[in-house]
Amino acid sequence: MFSSPTVRTSFIFLAIALVGLLFADIAITASNPWQDLGNFFLGIITPNFFSSEGLMTALLRTVAFAFVGVALGSIAGFLLALVYRSLPVRIFCAFIRAIHELFWALIFLQFFGFHPLTGVLAIAIPYAGIFAKVYSEILEEVDPEPGRVLPPGTGNITAFLYARIPDCWVKIRTYTAYRLECGLRSSAILGFVGLPTLGFYLEASFSQGLYSDAGAMLILFYVLIATMPLWVKPKLLPVYVLGAPFFLGEGLPIVWGNVQRFFTEDIVPAPLRNGEGLAGLTPWLNDLMINQAVPGIWNTIVLTQIALVASGILSLLAFPLISNHFGGPLRRNAGHVVLVIARSTPEYILAYILLQLWGPSMLPAVVALALHNGGIIGHLIGRQTNSLNLRADAPTGFDRYSWELVPRVYRSFLAFLFYRWEIIMRETAILGILGIYTLGFYVDSAIQNIRFDRAMVLILITALLNIGVDTIGRYIRRKLALQTMPTC
Amino acid sequence: MAFNLIRKLMLSSVFCFTATAVSAETFVFTAIPDEDETKLVERFRGVADYLSEQLDVDVRYVPVKSYAAAISAFRNNQVQLAWFGGLSGVQARRLVSGSEAIAQGVEDEAFQTYFIANTNTKIEPADKLSDLKSQLKGKTFTFGSKGSTSGRLMPEFYVRDTFDAKPEDVFSRVGFSGNHTRTLRLVEAGTYDVGALNFKVWDKELGDGNVDTDAVQIIWKTPTYPDYQWTIRGDVNKRFGDGFKQRVTEALLNLNDPELLESFPRSGFIPASNDDYEPIRKTAEEIGILD
Repeated sequence: MFSSPTVRTSFIFLAIALVGLLFADIAITASNPWQDLGNFFLGIITPNFFSSEGLMTALLRTVAFAFVGVALGSIAGFLLALVYRSLPVRIFCAFIRAIHELFWALIFLQFFGFHPLTGVLAIAIPYAGIFAKVYSEILEEVDPEPGRVLPPGTGNITAFLYARIPDCWVKIRTYTAYRLECGLRSSAILGFVGLPTLGFYLEASFSQGLYSDAGAMLILFYVLIATMPLWVKPKLLPVYVLGAPFFLGEGLPIVWGNVQRFFTEDIVPAPLRNGEGLAGLTPWLNDLMINQAVPGIWNTIVLTQIALVASGILSLLAFPLISNHFGGPLRRNAGHVVLVIARSTPEYILAYILLQLWGPSMLPAVVALALHNGGIIGHLIGRQTNSLNLRADAPTGFDRYSWELVPRVYRSFLAFLFYRWEIIMRETAILGILGIYTLGFYVDSAIQNIRFDRAMVLILITALLNIGVDTIGRYIRRKLALQTMPTC
Repeated sequence: MAFNLIRKLMLSSVFCFTATAVSAETFVFTAIPDEDETKLVERFRGVADYLSEQLDVDVRYVPVKSYAAAISAFRNNQVQLAWFGGLSGVQARRLVSGSEAIAQGVEDEAFQTYFIANTNTKIEPADKLSDLKSQLKGKTFTFGSKGSTSGRLMPEFYVRDTFDAKPEDVFSRVGFSGNHTRTLRLVEAGTYDVGALNFKVWDKELGDGNVDTDAVQIIWKTPTYPDYQWTIRGDVNKRFGDGFKQRVTEALLNLNDPELLESFPRSGFIPASNDDYEPIRKTAEEIGILD
């Protein structure tokens, strides 16, 4: 069994995660976590839709920010995709997508403040980096044949529009629509740092233990995402995109002097700003590395590796929920609902909820990451098993699961998992804002102390870490010849 | 088509943003989110109405999610007045030259932090923190917000002073609950053994019957220090007319609506000055929160 490279890789990662568990801080510190969890579920089944006057507005703003952010991101991403062959462009895109939406929002908040532009750019910038990469991959796969049969002298733009775009238009459209769903999730969590989206009210209700209010918000959010096929129609899209900017809310006016100050003063390392020169920079950087960056990096890696393996295990356990090869339609439908909820709830919100209920440790983060990512991958490979035709005399039950299905989907399972490795790490870092000692914790602390110079160095480190993991992930996928489509 | 889309999008966003600029002459203020949001919104909407009536301009309160966001909004001139804690006020005034502490609560001259413990820990109240040394060691501990004076700065200062060590080295787990109400709830529920919070929040919750005194009790009270204050930007007169700062100050000092004062809870507001907060600045520098 160990001769197979996929199995070997799996066990290496399993071993790393188990070693990580020895170092990880895994505990339930709340004294009555199950009672709280009970109260929470009670809140979900007794939702209070009329709690906050702002709830409907918040939902509207969540949609508006998602549309404007994703629209700008896709336009910019498309333009970048056209020049994606250039190395600087590729590095630039890798860099902007390695920084999480919430970090972007925290940066823009410092100089645009509570202006709609903060939320729009926080979504548009990282999404542009992702769009650029995926669009360029889609464009590369286009059949070159139609281009060759064009009459000589055909202009570049004409050739592009008539010979390349038609072949991949459907793919681009599908991916962009899929990304819109991700955009809704991103938009919702921006509320946690103060933008007027759903997260703003969700945080307020949760922290006060108003579970019925929070339950109502979550339910509305699920409905919003589940009904997307009904209200996101190609013909209506221009209306949404053009209308959305008007529903971003007023915010507070931008003072442009702040932008200049941020870039020329705030993010300049303190010793340089105070004229201590390079001599002062070394102790400053040392202090930052030893007391914040290194513990942050360590915790981020440990948590990422545990969450990665937990996500994998959970998705292998979850995919039969929606697979045609098991159970009746009733159970499958219930399975669909479970997986939709798991994957529509942003990790950040899940982790936030679990942290409130179980107290602070890495455990809520691991469970949140595993539920969300396991839900996504479980859904994808579950769907894949539905296209498999087994022999009429194929075994049933557990034998069917372990000998027929898992081996058949294992490669694409691994492909999805390694694709999501970098995404899991990006989320892990951000969960620090909630009080788990990953890099986000130190970024947030620096911002809370109005030390943007330190925050920027730490964000930079986070980005480099993500790029590193992305590179290793891609290397492994290539080595094992795993192919996948992008997920978010 | 794509270009058409961009053009329309840009046009509409320009339109959207200019629409916001019109309302720029509203006097906007914020407050550090040190308590449950519902309470804050209720309290400060009342203040906004009061100030609007007294000053004869539109006054708007903007809720924020963190202490730093309140400071940034003040620094970025998106708000012109703020209800800060001791530390956040010092931080904000350092960043905005000409800004001034104009009024503080009567109780803010001599503010206190209470250390509270879950009764399961069996820690008994003491007069000196050093008497609790052996009992506190190894317990779990929560501060309030990272930028709080009564919930972080002062308790951290006294922990360091007493144990001669960082809080992380004294306690088995150190958390930041986010605000004072949450600190109270978390210690009451036993999620953390010990916590430190603003004494006014404790007193008010206790008075309202929201504290389970069988589950949580005060174990130590810090010496007094100056805390919350109203801080205003130096350039408000230029924007809202001569004497505006003076009018705001007077309006705040004259605030005597018992219901509104009770919501803070303060018995009234008295004059304050930047110098009143020197002790806070020194403490913050000592524990390395301020450069």
